[in-house]
Amino acid sequence: MARMNMIQAINSALDVLMDRDPDIVVMGEDVGYFGGVFRATAGLQAKYGKTRVFDTPISELGIIGVAVGMGAYGLRPVPEIQFADYIYPALDQLVSEAARLRYRSAGEFIAPITVRSPFGGGIFGGQTHSQSPEGIFTHVAGLKTVVPSTPFDAKGLLIAAIEDNDPVIFFEPKRIYNGPFSGHYDRPARNWSAHEGGEVPEDYYRIELGKAATVRAGEALTVLAYGTMVHVCQGVIEEQGVDAELIDLRTLLPLDIETIEASVRKTGRCLIVHEATRTSGFGAELSALVQERCFHSLEAPIERVTGFDTPYPHSLEWAYFPGPVRIGEAIKKIMKD
Amino acid sequence: MPSRPNLPPLSLHVPEPKYRPGDAVDFSDNNVPPAGSAPRPAVDARPDAFRDLAYALVRVLDDEGRAVGPWDPRLLPDALRAMLRAMALTRAFDERMYRAQRQGKTSFYMKCTGEEAIACAQAFALHRDDMCFPSYRQQGLLIARDWSLVDMMNQIYSNKGDRLGGKQLPIMYSTREGSFFSISGNLATQLPQAVGWAMASAIKGDTRIAAAWCGEGSTAEGDFHSAMTFATVYRAPVILNVVNNQWAISSFSGFAGGEATTFAARAVGYGIAGLRVDGNDALAVYAATEWAAERARTNQGPTLIEFFTYRAEGHSTSDDPSAYRSTGEPAAWPLGDPIARLKQHLVTLGEWDEERHTAMDLDCANQVKAAQKEAEQNGILGHGMHQPMSTMFDDVFEDLPWHLKEQRRQMLDEAKAAGIETR
Repeated sequence: MARMNMIQAINSALDVLMDRDPDIVVMGEDVGYFGGVFRATAGLQAKYGKTRVFDTPISELGIIGVAVGMGAYGLRPVPEIQFADYIYPALDQLVSEAARLRYRSAGEFIAPITVRSPFGGGIFGGQTHSQSPEGIFTHVAGLKTVVPSTPFDAKGLLIAAIEDNDPVIFFEPKRIYNGPFSGHYDRPARNWSAHEGGEVPEDYYRIELGKAATVRAGEALTVLAYGTMVHVCQGVIEEQGVDAELIDLRTLLPLDIETIEASVRKTGRCLIVHEATRTSGFGAELSALVQERCFHSLEAPIERVTGFDTPYPHSLEWAYFPGPVRIGEAIKKIMKD
Repeated sequence: MPSRPNLPPLSLHVPEPKYRPGDAVDFSDNNVPPAGSAPRPAVDARPDAFRDLAYALVRVLDDEGRAVGPWDPRLLPDALRAMLRAMALTRAFDERMYRAQRQGKTSFYMKCTGEEAIACAQAFALHRDDMCFPSYRQQGLLIARDWSLVDMMNQIYSNKGDRLGGKQLPIMYSTREGSFFSISGNLATQLPQAVGWAMASAIKGDTRIAAAWCGEGSTAEGDFHSAMTFATVYRAPVILNVVNNQWAISSFSGFAGGEATTFAARAVGYGIAGLRVDGNDALAVYAATEWAAERARTNQGPTLIEFFTYRAEGHSTSDDPSAYRSTGEPAAWPLGDPIARLKQHLVTLGEWDEERHTAMDLDCANQVKAAQKEAEQNGILGHGMHQPMSTMFDDVFEDLPWHLKEQRRQMLDEAKAAGIETR
């Protein structure tokens, strides 16, 4: 077992799989010689050659369009979109093409592509380097959406995503690339060396898509979160000493509804936390599902803590970020109801 | 009110086609260069050595039906007759399916009348396993590749025989076996995909190339420009075809930038080989495609070909072109009809005559009629359920996730309770 941060774990997943499968190609802006602006593809071009790991023009539409064609040929492309905020020019190729290809060709052509993209805020990235657009993709029939929260999960989930024969949007919470984050931005940053999620096997392993992880078992309430917010919620739960059950969804679509249902039936209370904007966010779907399926177990209204319905502000980042104060207040409210 | 009265007011140019309904049409000022006048560069020439071709017009068949000049592909009479037959069969297929739509047997159809030379002659110039990424008016590719007409009609009728399970709009064919990529209804999306397919073929050291088609109207899409950029950057073995048929539904080519320059000239800015070709001249279409394919096969990179042609009929069965353009346009089109021109050439060669042409047309009509009869045994759209209701959920993903299983179960339960047939 090695110690890795999330970047190294992602790099390891790509390395392990590229070694096993010659049909995997990695492409994106700056991913080749330089190894990516976050270094996730460092060393891969030197090891696997320029025709399997290469830089692309600055055209997200082109990157995904070309990946769809490569997938139709029989390759298994892993395109990188440098920031999730830049993914919108590729939306038509993802929504109308990659997601629909299997359906419209009755399975004759498929798009086995995994789109990696750093997402989320907490790094003073302003409105163009901080967004969490997962809700746009979970709304699309034919796409899977994955968000890891630890290096161990990132590697296992990325391997499963690349091996999946359907298109997967793989959002990497860049705030926790280097270490878990409690949401206390004024405290010293931690790295992954002290976290069990930083222990990562160097070899091949998979974490099946569609399976949530129970980070912490509890009886008092259920907290549903993913990505960076898993760690923020964990910090608040520990600080408050509340006996919460914390579920890291890991895959948003397909969702692990069984784990969610079982937990809420047990606790009778549910808090949903995400960094993305609130209205029509994935939390709205979670809230509806919990209400539809666990209504008779609920002892309090479902609560959501999310980003506000504004663009991600630069200077007011920590007022926008759903941090410990807001999550703490929501937990108190649910427990009082 | 102008804020700076000493400066002339700005004015906006909104393009307007020359002729609207009721106008007399005169295309005599269209610059149609004589057949044989465009030079044919060596296959390994650099794109910047023949930029003029992006503004010229590659033509082989002259007004007397002779094949002239350096682009004459010197095809044997048998090949010419096969090409003619593919074009005639495509037209017969279109006529029959257009009528089927008007008879209420399906929801939608699109003819390619006047543009048959493009897909048909290109199919003859490409290898059978070269991958085609067509738009919606290249049914001639399938027909020239001898693809089953019954199979195509099954798709048009969304019936029991439809391999696509009734999931796609009529004419949005897909066949991996026929090296024909699933047609999208979204325009120009197939261009970057074709470039990606070609790049993949090059990555794997394959020998197959890719070709893609879009209309002049959709060259305005970002997809076209992304495709051009990726194609030139990686020298992808791909042929990008722009079918300039003058009309994008009711918008003439001026709304895609056609007033300012040619569509082939888009190639110049990207450093891609660019050709502008008489799209109603089957021999010019064949020769240009063969030349571009040879460039692609020998790692000389991509080619952009503009086929200058005319959409002789409506955009689709949902369109009435007499509402926006002069009905005199199709007959006045200076480049003639592609089938008539190839026929004239064969007659000129002494390899064809009226009698054989009439017999061929009759044979094509009968072939289409027989295929239609067979296809209709599998059903027509709207008359009975051709696919079990539950198949709606198939192929969204490779495996059905729980939420789709649940939705399927609910749909079937509700239908059953309401006494609605589900299969």
